[in-house]
Amino acid sequence: MTIRRRPTLRGRDQAAKPEMVSEVDATLTGPPNGQRPEPVSGTWRRFLRHPMALVGLAVIAALVAFSFLGPLVYRTDQVHADLAQSMLPPSADHPLGTTDAGYDVLGRLMVGGQASLAVGFAAALLSVIFGTLYGAVAGYLGGVVDDVMMRVVDAVLSIPPIFVLILLSAIFHPDPTVMIFIIAAFSWLGVARLVRGETLTLRTREFVQQVKMIGGGPVRCVVRHIVPNAVGTIVVKATFEVADSILVLAGLGFLGLGIQPPDTDWGGMLSNGLAYLQNGAWWLIYPPGIAIMLTVVAFNFVGDSLRDTFETRLLRR
Amino acid sequence: MEPVLRIEDLRVEVRLRDSVVRAVDGVSIHLRANEMLGIVGESGCGKTMTALSVMRMLPPRGRIAGGSIRLAGKELTALTDAEMRHVRGNDVGMIFQDPFTSLNPTMSIGRQIARAARLHRGLSRAEAAERATDLLELVGLPHARQRFDDYPHQCSGGIRQRVMIAMALSREPKVLIADEPTTALDVSIQHQILDLIDDLRQRLGMAVLLVSHDLGVVAGRADRVAVMYAGKVAESGDTDALFAAPRHPYTEALFEALPERAAATRTPLYTIPGMPPGLARPLVGCRFAPRCRYAEERCTVEEPPLAVALDGRRHACFHPVGDPPQPLARPAAGAPQVPTVADDAAAAVPLLSVLGLVKDYPLASGAMLRRREGTVSAVADVTFDVHRGETFGLVGESGCGKTTIGRLIVGLEKPTRGSIELDGEELTTLKGAAYRRARRDIQLMFQDSSTSMDPRMRIAATLREPLAVQRVGNLRERRHRIEELLGKVGLPAAALHRYPHEFSGGQRQLLSFARALTLMPKLVVTDEPVSAMDMSVQAHILNLMRDLQHDLGLTYLFISHDLAVVRYLSDRIGVMYLGKIVEVGPAEEVYRNPAHPYTKGLVDSAPVADPVIERQKLRSGIKGELPSAIDPPSGCRFRTRCEFAQDVCAEVEPPARPFGPGGHVAACHFPLARPAGVTASPAT
Repeated sequence: MTIRRRPTLRGRDQAAKPEMVSEVDATLTGPPNGQRPEPVSGTWRRFLRHPMALVGLAVIAALVAFSFLGPLVYRTDQVHADLAQSMLPPSADHPLGTTDAGYDVLGRLMVGGQASLAVGFAAALLSVIFGTLYGAVAGYLGGVVDDVMMRVVDAVLSIPPIFVLILLSAIFHPDPTVMIFIIAAFSWLGVARLVRGETLTLRTREFVQQVKMIGGGPVRCVVRHIVPNAVGTIVVKATFEVADSILVLAGLGFLGLGIQPPDTDWGGMLSNGLAYLQNGAWWLIYPPGIAIMLTVVAFNFVGDSLRDTFETRLLRR
Repeated sequence: MEPVLRIEDLRVEVRLRDSVVRAVDGVSIHLRANEMLGIVGESGCGKTMTALSVMRMLPPRGRIAGGSIRLAGKELTALTDAEMRHVRGNDVGMIFQDPFTSLNPTMSIGRQIARAARLHRGLSRAEAAERATDLLELVGLPHARQRFDDYPHQCSGGIRQRVMIAMALSREPKVLIADEPTTALDVSIQHQILDLIDDLRQRLGMAVLLVSHDLGVVAGRADRVAVMYAGKVAESGDTDALFAAPRHPYTEALFEALPERAAATRTPLYTIPGMPPGLARPLVGCRFAPRCRYAEERCTVEEPPLAVALDGRRHACFHPVGDPPQPLARPAAGAPQVPTVADDAAAAVPLLSVLGLVKDYPLASGAMLRRREGTVSAVADVTFDVHRGETFGLVGESGCGKTTIGRLIVGLEKPTRGSIELDGEELTTLKGAAYRRARRDIQLMFQDSSTSMDPRMRIAATLREPLAVQRVGNLRERRHRIEELLGKVGLPAAALHRYPHEFSGGQRQLLSFARALTLMPKLVVTDEPVSAMDMSVQAHILNLMRDLQHDLGLTYLFISHDLAVVRYLSDRIGVMYLGKIVEVGPAEEVYRNPAHPYTKGLVDSAPVADPVIERQKLRSGIKGELPSAIDPPSGCRFRTRCEFAQDVCAEVEPPARPFGPGGHVAACHFPLARPAGVTASPAT
């Protein structure tokens, strides 16, 4: 708790700081600078100014199209094993070869991508929604409620997630829905901490105090002021959360605890291919590996650009 | 005599993303040995850039684009970085504005000074420590030897600034550059630090370059003053002559914008229209011409040179003030303000009545199981009334509890004890709908306009929000009301569609004033509304507050650390010290005949832009540092810093006694004036 408030001093500080961009200001009585009011899409435009954002978005769009629209064009049988077609290297019939069970690798990459992307998105969404609510409630209410809620988070975080994930996916039959919940069960913790911290600072900001002063209730404070101002942080975190979820799913798949055959995901494909590494079956390793890498890098590009976009300090320049 | 420091035609450029700002554009100043030169100007005028170029410590994208800086005959702009480091250490010392961030928090203050001394003078460890102790004594740190091992967080702002000065002096520089050395400090500490700098200059024979936005800070101590505007020197000359009769219209306007000069007459302050020009574009003509009341055609096309007058003063103006014939008659300062209605209302029931208000903050440690380790006594038994239509000024240094009182009154904090009545209605016990309804009548205007508005909300939504929360009117009525208010504070309706960051600090403060008025409150509490503003913007806001008070019949509780501003705007003043009101009374009465020694000290410490008055005040003011509010002194809380304090002050809390007309009351055992109805005063 701050006992000695120093608002005065901070204010006088600012007065004396050399302001390098004096043309930011129009006259006191004249119209504010700029020609038109900034449209709502201002954030969107600032986001698109980052070249990395465009690259990231393009890659993600391409991967989604590849996984979900690809099978409509490139039809393969991913259910029935065909041992006659086992372990074929890339050829005109099978551009990326076939697996040990005779599945076409390109087609399998699409099917696996469906699972990876869907689980990644869904797990991230779930963890962000729950984590935001949890964190905002803890941060806004404060006091004992906050203490108890955050100690729960600390306790869960102190458990090594890989053991629990292995245990859980051994207990449940790991279909995509179960995987979403298992992954989200661990990734919401980080979101909750982040949002709680953000709420703690926003709660004391003067524009939130102002709402309290005019008689506004906690719902208005949280919904109208705290969440909109934290949304930048949340969106950025959500983006990284997608990448992380895909990685966790891939990791579990790699350990053989992910989605079970004949369904698969990119991690499972990688794990499957590893067994034939000595046989020179590179077409089983590279495609899923590159797909995972591309997805994670693309989401990180988008996340970084979003972070820059929402950095309000940069708005002024 | 050859000056120690001579800056000739200095040009500094700062590269931005897509423009180059000429922050300093052809500045020539010089500084003789043992002389103090004050550089004054508003923010963005290039004064700090000028100071930083002497150290060659410009911000990353800034560079010296031309001109020369000669220090004792040595050209600094031509030195290599290594040679420059040597100059920084030994020839020029610098004190920065913010003592809270300029010390290394992980190293004791003694070691930091010793290290500075060792680095440049090749002393042994023990010698350096010895030297550091001497320096701490030199800058007036009591018990220097014991405090040697203190860390910065254990020191107050004033002590830290003393340590910074000690560090700057460790190599006995010829020139000391002080960039706003006291802006972050309280007035009583500011006074002590300025006295110290002045004293050290005399004793060590240094030349001092004092950069400040405050004319009062420069007035009493600088030998000469240079006034800067938009990257150029507008005027320079001897302090006395310049303050007595400014030549440049900008300097004149700055003086007329000072509230202290208009406090007695209560006339509106002069405001400089418009804003300083942007320095990224090439500028033609006099840079001040668009805002100058004397400007004529020639001023807009031809740039006036910095001419030397017969008396050695320089000014860059074709039509210097006081140089007949004037191109325009000087506009009258404005009609005297209509007297406030406070006199008639004084007898009636006060609008706001604060009685025995107490606010203690528990001091706790430990994360999970909080142990109570005492209380901070932020507000201790405060009683005052605010009458309808008046402005009540609450003045005091930081930590005195004035902001807490504001927050208690608007309901942002719950009082520990005591009552707050508005119009006879007790506010502290209200609940539910009645509580919500009562919020309409009191509004708070925050100090920092950059954080008091939601950055993600348009101005229209921000202004409409109080109406929406209180469910006043329908959408069209709300829209009508905020447009009307926007007009009242002098901003165009187009502002409604913008976001807060698109406005300047002054404009944002106008917006937050408009927001405070949306619910048509009976009382507006303003917490340091102008302390972050430049002088001309401050004048604009003060004028507006005053005009609207008259037009709308508002009542203000005006909270500020700045005595001049409070005195200018207030009908009555309450002086606070460490959670208590020590003196209340009519503004002029309290200012001119203070009864409490603290009030007297505050009046003496507040810098006044008049060299004659300032020089008389040297070595006066309040001694020592503010004690902690965790365990405040017994009896009279001011006794630890009071020169009249005796045993009784520690034992008995002084009662409030009347001292004259208009309800002038002070709480002191040994007041400076005779209490009303008492024949002999025990003091003086």
